[in-house]
Amino acid sequence: MTSTTPITAPAVAAERAHGSGSGPGSGRARRKRVLHWIAVHSVAVAVALLFVLPFVFVFLTSVMSDDQAMSGDLWPHAWHWENYTAVFRTDGFLDWWKNSLIYAGLGTLFTVCSAIPVAYALARFRFRGRRTAMVLVISTMMLPPQVIVIPMYLVWAQQFHLSGTLWPLIIPMAFGDAYSIFLLRQFLLTIPKEYIESAKVDGCGELRTLLRIVVPMAKPGIAAIALFQFFYCWNDYFGPQIYAAQNPASWTLSYGLESFKSAHSVNWNLTMAATLLVMAPVCLVFFFAQKAFVEGVTLTGVKG
Amino acid sequence: MALTLSSPARRRLRTLGFLSPWLIGFSVFFAYPLIATVYFSFMHYNQIKAPTFVGLRNWKYVFQDMPLFGPALWNTLWLVVVMVALRVVFGLSLGLLVTKIKSGVGFFRTAFYLPYLAPPVAATVAFVFLLNPAAGPVNEVLSHLGITGPNWFNDPSWAKPSLVMLSLWGIGDLMVVFMAALLDVPKEQYEAAELDGAGAWARFRYVTWPSITPIVMFAVVTGVVQTMQYYTQALVAGKIASGVSIGPGSVIQPGYPDHSTLTVPQLVYSMGFQNFNTGAACVLSLVLFAIAMAVTMLLMRKRSGLLAAED
Repeated sequence: MTSTTPITAPAVAAERAHGSGSGPGSGRARRKRVLHWIAVHSVAVAVALLFVLPFVFVFLTSVMSDDQAMSGDLWPHAWHWENYTAVFRTDGFLDWWKNSLIYAGLGTLFTVCSAIPVAYALARFRFRGRRTAMVLVISTMMLPPQVIVIPMYLVWAQQFHLSGTLWPLIIPMAFGDAYSIFLLRQFLLTIPKEYIESAKVDGCGELRTLLRIVVPMAKPGIAAIALFQFFYCWNDYFGPQIYAAQNPASWTLSYGLESFKSAHSVNWNLTMAATLLVMAPVCLVFFFAQKAFVEGVTLTGVKG
Repeated sequence: MALTLSSPARRRLRTLGFLSPWLIGFSVFFAYPLIATVYFSFMHYNQIKAPTFVGLRNWKYVFQDMPLFGPALWNTLWLVVVMVALRVVFGLSLGLLVTKIKSGVGFFRTAFYLPYLAPPVAATVAFVFLLNPAAGPVNEVLSHLGITGPNWFNDPSWAKPSLVMLSLWGIGDLMVVFMAALLDVPKEQYEAAELDGAGAWARFRYVTWPSITPIVMFAVVTGVVQTMQYYTQALVAGKIASGVSIGPGSVIQPGYPDHSTLTVPQLVYSMGFQNFNTGAACVLSLVLFAIAMAVTMLLMRKRSGLLAAED
């Protein structure tokens, strides 16, 4: 409330009621507001520092010389940008990039294509067992991946001989990822029924309605599940560890990074450069798709 | 014969068609392996010779004789309680803080959100470096302040708290969820409470809290389910901090230091893929499954809205 706003009598009474100080109400209110602003913003700056400093230290170490990276120095004596070229020249690093892109790219594509019809059916069709289907989707979503990993591994390794590749991780994504189905269904519920019904009146079949009307309107929701799935694949460590560990040619960045540290056990500078290179694509994607992402995160908790 | 849209048989077929990717996925990648896990939990199977039936021996082994089951279960439950509680409190505080910020809100929101995006392996490697006792920046800064920092990931009693710090750094997702919930609280209610002379705490307690309880509940339940699966960060932190060079296939004792970061999912992995004790690994999987299911039931009861139809 600014001093030009007319102050109602109860407000002044309230102001006086819990302040013991003297002076005119508006002056006190302004001082209180200023103090409040200072308090809020100093806490925010302090917390922001704690959140940003890890990135800063990681970056500063990544450009130090080998020797300096082992010392307690916080600031590099000289800027060794060549550390980044050294990381790219490490055996396999480019392969890890390629594998991460294949896993995340194909995984996302498969997930989106399979989630759209399922989510649409769960959101719009009335059929017996719809509630049961939703319960099963949510149960699958909540299931720790470790619960089913052993029989799955045995099938992929013994029946299909696909251990040592990323295909056991990519193929299942063509058959509906529970989390994406759930999120997209929540989003589709927010599209007004009238649009879909008017399309049907115009003689569109369900498939055409879905492709012509629903998909264009659901773009933000589809973008959100695509982003989530891309990040999930990019970050996945457990999956590549199960299926690709024995074959370094199939490693992804997330999996390879840990072995990178083992191979360069004393070179914190190179490890930190590699760490930043693993973080970079995700952060870049975020800056270009911030809105879709935040919308998606909100959808997980608020809608429903 | 021309089928019309209203024909029930055709409608059923259409529904089946739309659902088919998930129906296949659910049977092949969920129902089958779950049944197989139950089957293997009663078998002795080393993944080379054919499985043989051993009754309840795997179950007895896990609950009575397996030396690492106790520590792993304890660590998982410790993380579930401490990590989830602190994450919810911190996420809510940060959400509140951001809604109060008047200048530079975009900057602060991004700063708080960014660490959440760091891939878990990268974030963990970074934290093990930041907190390493030899020359880590954190202990370096602390020593300038006259404080001797702990050994963090290398000290059994500090390793889990260090993991908690790592998870608080990545609080961005919860912050955004809480922020959205806080902005949804009707402004008039705050104004009314202020007119009634309610202080900041009373406004939070009687206006904010009642309207965000469902979101807090949701955050707690999903937090519990996520922490039950806590794997990557604990494993990577233990491996990197131990400084042991790990080639693929080499077996190390998980949970460095002193099993303090060993979680149940890690035990599943090391039983199934390092010791090739398929039966015991499947028993452990089913323990995880039972707990996760119990929590999920709770979620679906409390948030029956999740299952609501379009109206």
